[in-house]
Amino acid sequence: MSWLSTLRRRRFVDPLTAALYLVPAGVVIVIFRMLPIASAFFLSFFDVKMGRIRGFVGLAHYAKLGADPTFWNSLGTTAYYVAGVVPVSLFLALLAAVVLNRKIRALGFYRTVYFLPVVTSLVAVSMVWKWIFHPRLGLLNYLLERLGGGSLLWLDEPHGIFEMAATAVGWQWWPDGLAGPSLALIAVMIVAIWRGIGYNIVIFLAGLQNIPDQYYEAAKIDGASTMQIFRRVTWPLLSPTTFYVLLSTTIVSFQVFTQIYLMTGPPVGGPMGTTKVIVYYLFERGFDAGGNMGFASAVALVLFAIILSLTLFQRRIVERRVYY
Amino acid sequence: MEAAATIRGNDPHTGYRARRILGRGGVYAALWIGVILMTVPFLWMLTTSLKSPIEILEFPPTWVPTGHFVEAAPGVWDEVYIVSRDAAAGTVTVRPIVGGLQRAVDESLVRDRIRLRFENYAEAWRQAPFARYYVNTIFVTICVVAGVLVTSSLAAYAFARMKFWGRDNIFVLFLSMMMVPQPVYIVPSYIILVKLGWIDTYQALIVPWLAHVFSIFLLRQHFKTIPNDLYDAAIIDGCSRFAFLWRVMLPLSKAILVAVVIFTIVGTWNSFLWPLVMTNTPEVRPLQVGLARFSQEQGTSHELMMAAATFSIAPLIAAYFFAQKHIIQSLATSGMKT
Repeated sequence: MSWLSTLRRRRFVDPLTAALYLVPAGVVIVIFRMLPIASAFFLSFFDVKMGRIRGFVGLAHYAKLGADPTFWNSLGTTAYYVAGVVPVSLFLALLAAVVLNRKIRALGFYRTVYFLPVVTSLVAVSMVWKWIFHPRLGLLNYLLERLGGGSLLWLDEPHGIFEMAATAVGWQWWPDGLAGPSLALIAVMIVAIWRGIGYNIVIFLAGLQNIPDQYYEAAKIDGASTMQIFRRVTWPLLSPTTFYVLLSTTIVSFQVFTQIYLMTGPPVGGPMGTTKVIVYYLFERGFDAGGNMGFASAVALVLFAIILSLTLFQRRIVERRVYY
Repeated sequence: MEAAATIRGNDPHTGYRARRILGRGGVYAALWIGVILMTVPFLWMLTTSLKSPIEILEFPPTWVPTGHFVEAAPGVWDEVYIVSRDAAAGTVTVRPIVGGLQRAVDESLVRDRIRLRFENYAEAWRQAPFARYYVNTIFVTICVVAGVLVTSSLAAYAFARMKFWGRDNIFVLFLSMMMVPQPVYIVPSYIILVKLGWIDTYQALIVPWLAHVFSIFLLRQHFKTIPNDLYDAAIIDGCSRFAFLWRVMLPLSKAILVAVVIFTIVGTWNSFLWPLVMTNTPEVRPLQVGLARFSQEQGTSHELMMAAATFSIAPLIAAYFFAQKHIIQSLATSGMKT
């Protein structure tokens, strides 16, 4: 039986052998993931300028953060962004996926086209859309004028959309607090939805195709209408997929930076700072001239806390309704 | 499925067929609206990239880049800009694009022809060190892909096939790293790279990305599906542990490895925030950051920007059209959507 013990020994390896296989990945993960994550916490208690640690400041960064109206504005801007992008993207993607799932001819063609922007770099996408949104020469304003509307400033428009709507219908006064997201932010959101929707469609489509046909057949035999089938069969059986798409879109949306940076900032993060989202704020406070990376780390941790708690919250709320 | 088809065929409702055909038409119309919305920005980018700086300013915009020509001598056509039109006199004031003075000519002498200015691409390529950016991106991408393949295979093999103290805890710890968003670790990473003296080097763009937790996870899951008997048999036959990985496991995991290669290439090629922060000089600057800098420079004209955008996305788009199924699938599994 000596070969059996050889086998056992082969699988129960001594830690050194295992380490040999783990070291290449492990070293990189420890130095460039774990160490930075751990030190983000540590750094948020220090002054860090030009990449060098200067001195301990305790909770001063957090206090300063809480007292900075720009920070709260950036949180509000991010909230608008997430609250706009996530539901619209989910709804349109689900709609497209349900339609594509109806034994469509040339399904591959539509999927390929819808997914195309996902492969395209955000930098190029931002440049193209900035050109489309151009206030004087842009394609969009041209189309609006052709349709009889007036042209808009789009990415240069600091006014909130609710305020603009109120002005458009002739109201003289509108409360400042209810101005809503600026049109510039809406334009950025449109681009984000356009860019990411193909990904969500593909995930939804995969989820739909995983629902066994028998359920649909049974529902049809029982005389269920299309709407009933969607509400009673598709929606509950798709819920794990919906949950995944909801979560991943939310997490990604909270970290939006590139489109904002390239389409509306710098120097100030959009017209009158109305597109300054949280990661833009972090970037500006940490890496601009005279930036304090300790302060930026505090911002990063607040962002992380928000994302983490939102993830857990969504999980708890949705899990009760998700049929696994 | 056949049962459902039969039921549909026997549907007693009158007008069902007509409604179905109408519904079908509506579905395809909606899908085509989607196709237009998704492709028009790309077409607009292409057509803008082939226009002259004057044509860019024309309103309404043209969809097909058009040039204006005036016959200077019999058979010799000069390309001109239109400065102004005098409808009453029936003349057009034109200025030759290359040299020459502004002059008024009869309207009937001006011909419009399709004119695709591919020279815009050469001009954009010249205005910034795009050749350098391209080489940088390709070099970094190759290194990262090779590194990720090696480190992930080795680590996944250890997690899937070996038993050692703390294995599952280490694995979970690795996995938890996936939950941390990049903005959280980018500041401390910058400081670490400053301490290493790596800011503005290729190392800064390559080394931190040489291990990829999700790839380890994906490979480990697949390795676990390869039966233990195979391993035992190979070991009895005198195969070494590493040889088993190299000769049996990896060949059996080609599909996963291809997926890892694809999402690593797309992720590295398109990454922006990290190289934006970690590089300052054109010598190591990758394509995306170079493109962004180019677009933010004062006075860069729109047709050159669109040309640069086009040649920056061209390799991935070309690859996408050849292997869209693989690319969609691997990006979908990776959960990467930045």
